[in-house]
Amino acid sequence: MKAEGRERKAERNLSTGIISAFCFLLSAFVLNCTSRPAQQEHLKFWGLGHEGEVVARMLPEFTRRTGIRVDVQQIPWTAAHEKLLTAFVGDATPDLAQMGNTWIPEFVTIGALESLQPWLARSSIRQRDYFPGIWATNEVDNVVYGIPWYVDTRVLFYRSDLIAKPPRTWSEWIDVMQRLKQQRPDSYAILLPTNQWEEVTIMALANHATLLNPAGTEGAFRDPRFAEAFRFFIEIFRRGFAPPVANTQVANVYQGFAQGDFAMYLSGPWNVGEFRHRLPAGMQDKWATAPMPAPVASDWPGMSMAGGSSLVMFGASRKKEAAWKLIEFLSEPAQQVRFYELTRDLPAHRAAWRAPAVANDPPLAAFRVQLEHVAPLPRVPEWEQIATEIYHDGEATVRGQMTIPQALADLDRKADGILAKRRWVMARMRRR
Amino acid sequence: MNERRAAILFLTPALAVILLFFLLPVGASLLLSLTDFDLYALADVHNIRLIAFRNYSDLLGNPLFWKALGNTMYFTVIGGPLTVIVSLATALLVNAKSARFKPLFRTVYFAPVVTTIVAVAVVWKYLYHPRYGLLDRALGLFGIAPIDWLGDPRWAMPAIILLAVWKNFGYNMIIFVAALQGIPEELYEAARIDGANGVQQFRHVTLPMLGPTFVFVGIITAIGYLQLFPEPYVMTRGGPVNSTLSVVMLMYEQGFRWWNMGFAAAVAFILFLFIGAATLLQLWVQRRRA
Repeated sequence: MKAEGRERKAERNLSTGIISAFCFLLSAFVLNCTSRPAQQEHLKFWGLGHEGEVVARMLPEFTRRTGIRVDVQQIPWTAAHEKLLTAFVGDATPDLAQMGNTWIPEFVTIGALESLQPWLARSSIRQRDYFPGIWATNEVDNVVYGIPWYVDTRVLFYRSDLIAKPPRTWSEWIDVMQRLKQQRPDSYAILLPTNQWEEVTIMALANHATLLNPAGTEGAFRDPRFAEAFRFFIEIFRRGFAPPVANTQVANVYQGFAQGDFAMYLSGPWNVGEFRHRLPAGMQDKWATAPMPAPVASDWPGMSMAGGSSLVMFGASRKKEAAWKLIEFLSEPAQQVRFYELTRDLPAHRAAWRAPAVANDPPLAAFRVQLEHVAPLPRVPEWEQIATEIYHDGEATVRGQMTIPQALADLDRKADGILAKRRWVMARMRRR
Repeated sequence: MNERRAAILFLTPALAVILLFFLLPVGASLLLSLTDFDLYALADVHNIRLIAFRNYSDLLGNPLFWKALGNTMYFTVIGGPLTVIVSLATALLVNAKSARFKPLFRTVYFAPVVTTIVAVAVVWKYLYHPRYGLLDRALGLFGIAPIDWLGDPRWAMPAIILLAVWKNFGYNMIIFVAALQGIPEELYEAARIDGANGVQQFRHVTLPMLGPTFVFVGIITAIGYLQLFPEPYVMTRGGPVNSTLSVVMLMYEQGFRWWNMGFAAAVAFILFLFIGAATLLQLWVQRRRA
């Protein structure tokens, strides 16, 4: 009897314990909810990689001006995509974030992003201040979802001591490669790593290929514009102008470039800094950049791809007013220049390109010209998957495991397979 | 009857937990693996279709899956036995009569098991660094050229195996120590009287007596190693050129990076079958030997 009583008491103690724990949690939750409006505006901003690290230094100025405080959370690039997706699924998205502009279509598809159209209507941000190809990457079905923050594209890096005048057309390009190969039979003219899809895709963009059909539901790789560019790309390897190697097999690109193992390389703005750092001092006046060659002279410069990051707002944010103010702040030309100085990422705002730090840097001139001629990649969520197939089949063709017509047909077949779900979803939406 | 009811009553909490946190999720992911749950399902749940076994047939036709399976097998077949051998060897050393500071050594060898992999990975990344790494410096003393451990597709997996063996052998070691201490001293005495030397004692007394422990350690290690994930995730992200991409890594990439949840669930089920088969195989081998 006594023992039973003690047990009961223990039970009761346990249950009161559990109940009080619940009460505590509940009260914490309620307090948290009620105290929120009283709190000052506190924005949550996800920055990616190095940009996320550096942007914090620009924010005190913003807080001073607006009284809005910003929490920057730095997400490494390698984990950014899954973090953003899981945040959306778990209803834990930040107010705004930096986003690689090729990801925007995907996040629009799942309905995570806020349309910026109403915000742009009354804003200091104007479309005409931005490069058209870059701006286009932020549009899905003619609705704007992101404001370009910094831009990225590929240009031709070349050895100016070996190539007097950079090629402007594809036939000039081939002539330069042939001459280099004749002069230096043991070296190569150009490095086009076979495990990258960017090089052949840029050539296709220069030839005005669309890569997919206009609706983005089927591959357009057998289209003559793509086929011609693909043939040009393969020809460079077949004639021995480029080594058939992946970039993992190139121990050190900078050393190879300095030794003259190859004299041309397609790359982006980050390599301007890297070339300065990593090439020996004696090489510094022997390299330059040039806009991409075009298939025909009248088309110069050839199209390159529109890359970079944008600033986006999430639909679930309750502080959109404040988030938009931060986007406007980071888009001001003065802040764009400061951001360039901190990161060396190329500014998205045209006015920032007139600042001496940007305008007087010779290797950047080619980027300035190129940025007026960039085209967005297909704006479908499946693009990255299709892109890997491009290099798979490109590599197989370079190695002679596939013929060109086989590779093109295979690419269309694979793209159609990857896009099957999208076709079905689009058809379903039309039916409704 | 009353006793039976009491038994069921006592079992209910455990069974409820198993049902709630094991059987239900497993059932749900089996269902998931029969659908094409993907990014479009996040936009609208009506975008999910039942597609029967298409995820499985796609998976078996995907060269990346076979690459991941091959890598996982490489890791398990080399790393598993290596871990067991190292843990047995250290257990024998720690348990030896002439050994001193036994508790200290046991703690030191067990320490890697309880440290977090991310912290450990940072240190090991330094050890593996081709220019500043201690490992390549040491090899340099023997005139061996530096190896780019994590950057070379041929060496990345051995590097991961080395890390995993170091990280995991302590756990098995403790189990082996316990088993060694459970072997009756009389058996060794009898063996000595029969004139058996140290090696013979080990072969004919220690090893047979450790039989069940070997099965346990083997199964636990194999199950753990077939689920290789944190080591490549923090060290190499599956690279270079997918040389450290494991099955679980592939599942993670497909599921959380590309949000192909249906496909990822199919990967999980195939792995589940593999682990089940590996466990049955080990039990069968043991039963045949017994």
